[in-house]
Amino acid sequence: MAVIRDIMPAFQLYQPTSIADAQTLLQQHGGDAWVMAGGLDSFDWLKDRIKKPKALVDLSGIEELKGVRTIADGIEIGAMTTLTEVVHHPVVKEQYGLLAQAAELVASPQIRNQGTLGGNVSQDARCWYYRAGWPCYRAGGNICYADTPVGRNREHAILHAERCVAVNPSDSAPALIALDARFVIRTPKGERVVDAEDYFLGPDIDITHMNILEPGHLLTAIRIPSAWAGAQFYFEKVRDRNVWDFPLLNVASAMRLSGDTIQNIRIAVNGAAARPLRLKAVEDSVRGKQRSAATGEIAGKLAVQGAVPLQFNAYKIPLMRNLVKRSISGVQEAAWAS
Amino acid sequence: MGIIEWATSPLGQNVPIHIAWFLIWVALIAGMLFLVVHAIYIRYFAKEKEFVADSSPKVASQLPARIPRHSLAARLFHWIMAASMLVLLFTAFLPKVGVRFDWVTYHWIAGTVLTISIIFHIIHASFYLDFWSIWPDRADLEDAWKRFQRFMGRSSALPRKFAKYPLENKLYHGAIIVTGMSVILTGVFMMSRVRTIFFPRNPYLFSDMTWGLMYVLHGLAGVGLITLVIVHVYFAIRPEKLPITASMMVGTMSREFYLKEHDPERWVVVEASPGTPRRMADGD
Repeated sequence: MAVIRDIMPAFQLYQPTSIADAQTLLQQHGGDAWVMAGGLDSFDWLKDRIKKPKALVDLSGIEELKGVRTIADGIEIGAMTTLTEVVHHPVVKEQYGLLAQAAELVASPQIRNQGTLGGNVSQDARCWYYRAGWPCYRAGGNICYADTPVGRNREHAILHAERCVAVNPSDSAPALIALDARFVIRTPKGERVVDAEDYFLGPDIDITHMNILEPGHLLTAIRIPSAWAGAQFYFEKVRDRNVWDFPLLNVASAMRLSGDTIQNIRIAVNGAAARPLRLKAVEDSVRGKQRSAATGEIAGKLAVQGAVPLQFNAYKIPLMRNLVKRSISGVQEAAWAS
Repeated sequence: MGIIEWATSPLGQNVPIHIAWFLIWVALIAGMLFLVVHAIYIRYFAKEKEFVADSSPKVASQLPARIPRHSLAARLFHWIMAASMLVLLFTAFLPKVGVRFDWVTYHWIAGTVLTISIIFHIIHASFYLDFWSIWPDRADLEDAWKRFQRFMGRSSALPRKFAKYPLENKLYHGAIIVTGMSVILTGVFMMSRVRTIFFPRNPYLFSDMTWGLMYVLHGLAGVGLITLVIVHVYFAIRPEKLPITASMMVGTMSREFYLKEHDPERWVVVEASPGTPRRMADGD
């Protein structure tokens, strides 16, 4: 069990100042290297002495990884751009407000000043059995302590659980999926660009990792195309403490309307599974329909199909149903209908 | 570097959690090494097989041109088992070497197919086939000793020809029983830890130590099967064994091969006709 000692295990600290140097270090150290962005996830692991990397590559000195840039088709946000900068950047606020809303709801102002967009999407699961250092599936063991009759699983998955029932805790991830973002990854073989939803992994695919990054890989930037710029956005996060907490569930939607008709929509939720889920079936079912409470109702019901509650998280099913409903019909409409 | 990975349970116990995954490579290398060594041995050192004379021309003349060896049911079992075994091995070990896919579902489905096919085989072999034909007997051991003596250059009587299965085949079958039953029995219990259609999850069925040992046994038997499967496939494609491999597909082997390798007194073949006892194709 983890005991906070506040003294990190010894490791070699590397502070590269360029992407090229960082890549060289990551390839040199392979699986022994720990990549640190803002450090908010990393220091938990290190101070608890659960993760004991031999080398720590601190990316904070790489200016290339910071800032929001306008590109031919949209914007590119460096992976080391702080959440505060994302929240306050004028182009993000005006054109991609969904991301600004999501980033603003991450933790506290202090954490947003230090936390980065790349770190937020790449952070590890917060399941306390896992974070406590117990030998669960995600830690390479052979059991899920949360998925037992007495396991404390109020925050855990209702969808796509496969042995491990931890959830992805990122707030920015569903917003980026809804905005059809692309993640830019530098690998030893060159640059790889993947759709936001393909960046994340469920336990069925890889139970010990939450994303596709492998040793030697580096997330360098996130590109948001202009296709959804200025669309109608909705983001809502439900958490236990409204001042500062991880999401119990969140929802993000980007919608294009023609009058009252939903022309196109992308919608994603997080906190329901080990990876943020794009709700394609919901998108298909509401496309071409009138934006109304009834449509939201249908969407909400469809969104939770197949959900399997654990001992203490059945509340997440109506919660998700209602969040999806609200993300389509809006808060007022949803309130009238319910 | 141990062959078992250990962890500390919430109760502070040091418990095994699974085998060390480098054993996958050990098993793979062992299998490849065996086939290289065996191929060199056969090419450069092995002597021509010699057997004591047995069959009379009269016996030979009574044999059909094609000797029945494996019934359709036995062949279907073999290939279903082989397919499920390969799926099990690939779905078990590819993720451990970095290939990412949804392996658990395929793994337990293939495991279920294997379990059902093995149950069928046990019943089939026990009640419908010559159960003892696959188990080593006294004659096998005596002949093995004679072959060993002759290989060492000592004088010894010639060994008899084989019964339906040579000793090596019988020993291989024994090794498959041990490893196969180990993975199946542990696998059935391990299915209670994942969500399947068969029974509700029950992670509390055993203590952490028992579970750990079960995972270790499952893993050890699994990597053992990597080596065994490599060896099996190698023998199946060796030129001198091709008639046996072909018989697992078509069910029969030629009279010439039968007379060359097998003792008609130890593997009695009776021509098939309506009402003929099962003994004609008594093996699997």
